[in-house]
Amino acid sequence: MAKTMPTSVAPMPLVDGLPVERSDPFDPPAVLEALREERPISRLRYPGGSQGWLVTSYPLARAVLADPRFSRRRELQHAPRRIAFEEEHPGPAEPGFFIGMDPPEHTRYRRQLTSHFTVRRMRDLEDRIARITAEHLEAMERHGPPADLVAAFALPIPSLVICELLGVPYTDREKFQHDTRVLLHLDSSFEEAMGALVSLRQYLHGLVVRKREAPADDLISTLIAGGGLDDEEVAGIAVLLLIAGHETTANMLGLGTFALLQHPDQLAALRADPSLEENAVEELLRYLTIVHIGPTRAALEDVELDGELVRAGEVVTLSLPAANRDPERFGNPDGLDLRRSATGHLAFGHGIHQCLGQQLARIEMRTGFAQLLARFPNLRLAVEPENVQLRTDMAIYGVHSLPVAW
Amino acid sequence: MRINVDRDICCGAGMCVLTAPDIFEQSDEDGLVVLLRQPDAAEADIAGEATQLCPSGAITVADEGDPAN
Ligand code: SF4
Repeated sequence: MAKTMPTSVAPMPLVDGLPVERSDPFDPPAVLEALREERPISRLRYPGGSQGWLVTSYPLARAVLADPRFSRRRELQHAPRRIAFEEEHPGPAEPGFFIGMDPPEHTRYRRQLTSHFTVRRMRDLEDRIARITAEHLEAMERHGPPADLVAAFALPIPSLVICELLGVPYTDREKFQHDTRVLLHLDSSFEEAMGALVSLRQYLHGLVVRKREAPADDLISTLIAGGGLDDEEVAGIAVLLLIAGHETTANMLGLGTFALLQHPDQLAALRADPSLEENAVEELLRYLTIVHIGPTRAALEDVELDGELVRAGEVVTLSLPAANRDPERFGNPDGLDLRRSATGHLAFGHGIHQCLGQQLARIEMRTGFAQLLARFPNLRLAVEPENVQLRTDMAIYGVHSLPVAW
Repeated sequence: MRINVDRDICCGAGMCVLTAPDIFEQSDEDGLVVLLRQPDAAEADIAGEATQLCPSGAITVADEGDPAN
């Protein structure tokens, strides 16, 4: 039943498109924080004109993400703000794009991957990740200050790791890094974004066909050998993992370093006590929550949520940055506190779509921050903090570049 | 405290293994959760946390008296 409101009550305010503009580089948009206090579930007008909902509190976001009455099927979603690659009336997810599917399709794809991303498998990669990290930091040191931390360190390390894992030649990186950027840029036109996606798909499809002929010791070859997937499906999975492996960890390393440099007491604590590393990574994930647009879920039936009636077909946007700053869940939420226990944060999402690569991301961050701090005891920004270019214009938040000196 | 795991809904995120490695394991074969043993009394908190953190709801705490156990 819908909540009946006395007529004297002011109509619920309508948020027009998901806000992304920030007044502080590390805090979620102030509007979202205000909403969480006032109305953790508010009406949101989607750019296409349809009305849905915006959720900003921790318990509600978590509940929706875990609730099978809320669907991830791509054809049911609306983008909460204009994103180049989101059509207004999207079709069903393409083969392999399990991120836009519900069970049982989602389960079928994800099951092919789970054994490759276990905690143990990822730990087996630790030495390799440590070597890649050391090589890049060494090159940065040789280059001398100032250097762009994103180009020298934050982007190439996760990029190289996901390429090795998948079996994608890193020498082709200019091509797929460019396509990924176009795809995720909010200012790209729909045609540009689709062009980039098609180009990524064709590239990976070509690779799948070649690996079917000549398999190697990598994930794409293993997926082919498993026999349950056709080439289109393997290519789709590879596109997803390649994109996910690029922009996410890279921005956690870039923006994370920026945040540490702007919180000298926390930086000093981490330098003084390396046993804080694991904790620090969780807290940075919570504090920065770089997935700043979506995720969205579509109600499959009428669902009552915190006293509001979400009708079947309406789309709910979950603001993960706002949820991860919910004072009901994390004390002093706007403070970066590397000593707190931030486990349970929603930076990797929640529910059956929770990030598959999260254990890999954790190791890359732990290794990355540890080595960076150890090698550069005097690391500092080489520009004024207000001149650091923020990625409010991208689907994944972070910094475009981070000039540093030492 | 008795723990149940449901491999049909596990999505292999590994939070259980990270949180309580003495109690949970991910199978090498399919990456899905394996319950190594029931937690002892001293491990109730950590097992409870793993239950909480599991994104898919694959880990549940069963009542002692539950006939399903
Ligand atoms: S935390 Fe839950 S979903 Fe993840 S591996 Fe363990 S049981 Fe499976």
